[in-house]
Amino acid sequence: MWVDVTVVAALAFAAALAPLMSIPLLVWAERKMSAFIQDRTGPNRAEILGLRLGGLVHPFADVVKLITKEDLTPERADRFYYTLAPFLALFVSLLAFAILPLADTLHFGGRALPMRALTLNAGILYILAVTGFHVYAVVIAGWASHNGYALLGGLRSAAQMVSYELALGLSLVGVVLVAGTLDPGEIVAGQSGVLFGFLPRWNVFLQPVGFVLFLIALFAETNRNPFDLPEGESEIIGFHVEYSSMRFASFFMAEYASMFTGSAVAASLFFGGWQVPWIGTEALRANAPLVARVAFGALAAFCIVAALIAQGYKGRLARLYRDRRSREATVLQMIFLFTAAVSLILLAFLSTLPPWGAQVLIALVQGAFLLGKTLAFTFLFIWVRWTLPRFRYDQLMGLGWKSLVPLALLNLAVTGIVLLWFD
Amino acid sequence: MNAPERWYLIEVLRGMGVSLRHLVRNIFHQDEMPTLQYPEEKRILPERFRGRHRLMKREDGTPRCTACFCCQTACPADCISIEAGEREDGGEKVAVRFDINILRCVFCGFCVEACPCDAIRMDTGKYELADDRREKLIYDIDFLLNR
Ligand code: SF4
Ligand code: SF4
Repeated sequence: MWVDVTVVAALAFAAALAPLMSIPLLVWAERKMSAFIQDRTGPNRAEILGLRLGGLVHPFADVVKLITKEDLTPERADRFYYTLAPFLALFVSLLAFAILPLADTLHFGGRALPMRALTLNAGILYILAVTGFHVYAVVIAGWASHNGYALLGGLRSAAQMVSYELALGLSLVGVVLVAGTLDPGEIVAGQSGVLFGFLPRWNVFLQPVGFVLFLIALFAETNRNPFDLPEGESEIIGFHVEYSSMRFASFFMAEYASMFTGSAVAASLFFGGWQVPWIGTEALRANAPLVARVAFGALAAFCIVAALIAQGYKGRLARLYRDRRSREATVLQMIFLFTAAVSLILLAFLSTLPPWGAQVLIALVQGAFLLGKTLAFTFLFIWVRWTLPRFRYDQLMGLGWKSLVPLALLNLAVTGIVLLWFD
Repeated sequence: MNAPERWYLIEVLRGMGVSLRHLVRNIFHQDEMPTLQYPEEKRILPERFRGRHRLMKREDGTPRCTACFCCQTACPADCISIEAGEREDGGEKVAVRFDINILRCVFCGFCVEACPCDAIRMDTGKYELADDRREKLIYDIDFLLNR
């Protein structure tokens, strides 16, 4: 009993923490990638003890800035809802992550511990329900601001989300049909093994059209470019015109958190979630020491490469800067070399693992794979944002109703026929 | 637009290829980026760059300016104000006051062109003129002659 409660509490904590912790990372990635795509250098000024980490310190400077800014409430705004909306947005964007399994089920002394915070056998419906909730935050924000532009932004958002939710749900039904279950845990677990002898048996290969439709609808659901009409920061003003300080930051954080959560959902339902490609959990657990060696070896190799890259920057930094920033590459190089040395020592002394150690290690490796797949999707989100222009409103509606919904229905029909054929 | 162009997806992928090319190139060749890290790195100025003004002196150290008001008349931004005075040795006029309000200056160089005595030049190459008080940005004759 107590073990279960503790494990669930720990998992719930992890499930809430992962999207939250991803926010500064994603903000940084977005700034730096957008800069590189546009041939700029991006943020590189903020420093802590001379360490700038390529601009990774800037999100923390941002937090200080946003907290200390004046927090305005328009005079005729509805105070309760005006305050509620940003935190509702942030809260809702964290919810969907709870349903996703972070690793395969652990077995301790005859007890099975599912590695997810929330075990529901209708988890897909839960995902659709909480993503649908996001629109409330936006509409409430637009309405409560008592500002015409904000209201219009909220209105656009309502229409957009309702339209694309349909395509999102229909494209997920294809996955449900293939997997034969509504439970994300089972859907992910069912994606082990291989397809046609060489492909990992991931749903994306069974539902390619469904995946593309899901991805497009997901972009719309998370309000990311090219579907960011509700916000429209560069020209049409959006639902959060009136917000400032930390309440604005909450919307900002919600956008990145929901991007992370959405990526995790896409990775879980279509790319096998925690599944290590081609290798099942049993095989991994049987060879746990080998897996540990590979993991430490990979870490050491990564650190050595990073140290070599840092070597190349030493001269450049010393030429450019006269202050403590000039030593940045040296400090980072030391840290990388130290990490590499530690992991090499562990690699050398690691030969056997107790059974529970093997299970925990494999769970960590699988969690790392889920994280990697999720980050790959967030990369895609950012990459698309800095490539594509925003849709016009009628184009957005046309794409949603005239292309995505019929295609999703067609995909569903074909999937159903094929499944019937093979039964 | 031909048929494949109208069907977004292919063109979208091509566009993403372009942005990916820029991204990868800039990650691996950060030195080749056109950005200068400004306060540390500075651009090499062209020879005829118009920077902050200065007033020239004769060989004996007296100001060349004869307070003829040509520059003040030529200035389109109306930012030079001169007050003329007598010289001690009874020669030409001199400027007893010569103020340039650099906040109004548009750095057109007309004042330099207008001067018959080559008394005012903009060849200092100084362009970092920010300051924290407006008064400090009205340069007087002493400042212009000696710095
Ligand atoms: S540069 Fe142009 S604007 Fe400036 S003081 Fe000379 S004439 Fe006036
Ligand atoms: S034009 Fe030359 S000489 Fe005449 S007032 Fe101006 S600086 Fe002096």
